[in-house]
Amino acid sequence: MKGLLEHMGIEPGRLHFSWISSAESTKFVDVVSQVTESVKALGPAQNFIKREPKVA
Amino acid sequence: MNAMTDKIRQIARRLLEEGKVDMVVGFRKGTVPMMSEPCFIKDSARVDALVWDGNCGINLANYLTRRKERMAVVAKGCDTRNIVTHIIENQIRREQVYIIGVPCQGMIDKRKVKNLADGEVLSVEEKDGKVVVTAGGGEKSFDRTALLQDNCAICHHKNPALSDELAGELVRENPDVDRYEDVRKVEAMGAAEKWKFFDELLSTCIRCYACRNACPLCYCPTCFVDESKPQWVGKGQDPTDTRTFHFLRAFHCAGRCTDCGSCERACPMGIPVRQFTKKLEKDAKELFGWEAGMTLDARPPLDTFRPDDPGAFIK
Repeated sequence: MKGLLEHMGIEPGRLHFSWISSAESTKFVDVVSQVTESVKALGPAQNFIKREPKVA
Repeated sequence: MNAMTDKIRQIARRLLEEGKVDMVVGFRKGTVPMMSEPCFIKDSARVDALVWDGNCGINLANYLTRRKERMAVVAKGCDTRNIVTHIIENQIRREQVYIIGVPCQGMIDKRKVKNLADGEVLSVEEKDGKVVVTAGGGEKSFDRTALLQDNCAICHHKNPALSDELAGELVRENPDVDRYEDVRKVEAMGAAEKWKFFDELLSTCIRCYACRNACPLCYCPTCFVDESKPQWVGKGQDPTDTRTFHFLRAFHCAGRCTDCGSCERACPMGIPVRQFTKKLEKDAKELFGWEAGMTLDARPPLDTFRPDDPGAFIK
């Protein structure tokens, strides 16, 4: 899924996957900070956003 | 090609007369040129309607699901791979189908013919590797290889993967042809460029769902695009919804697509919709060494777990 989304032009770094057990609190913190960091670096998403429909 | 038609009729007649099957699914000549259409024959007196030519690109595996009869089906390489997929996915039982395998020389792309002909195409005939097109502006002859559908030109499996009887000599496969040149070209682009590429590709989509309907893999009783509770995706022509549809449609075919080209053939706008499924097909091959529909004895990669499955995407 990541492969095809990125193939379509979603920036690498916007989509993340992880598997974290409920006991792995430190891993959770690490992953969340990594994800926020990488998404912040990319800035707000421009694609895949539904804007107001164009009125003819 | 005509020898093939004769042989198919002969086999169909025998099967119906012996009562081995209740119905033969094959092609008959369409009402307009280059549009051979599926037909269902239950009476051995009617087998002469069956034909085989370069316009039988529709995937007949699509017509076999949710049926009770014992069926014989005329199937080219890709069709047999889709039948195998159906059997693996418990949509049909192996003993329910008798596969009349047709070694395939590739199907003719009706759009290429229309672009090359002068005026309206009136008839198309194939002879010895040539295709003679008669159109309003006169007659023209082309090499058959120049008119093949894109997916047929890069086909690795022209011969049936599974069959009970063959309707002709096996043809030479062409395993050296590069299947993924166009996919690599897109892969080499940057994210913004990729986005633009697919935006332009989909800009003419009218959301008719012909690609979905023609696809043998799409047999869900209610497709996700047709559901309204919950409504997964908007039904209009908003570019975001259109892209969501194409993305999800393709993803539902991951590890199952045989690149039979039905979707692209069916598209009334001529959108190269295979660009989505092909990427997944390439991934299935590169990540899992999997080609859909080649064997009844292995489970597809997306419904099994192996410890050595690639997991680089997961943290």
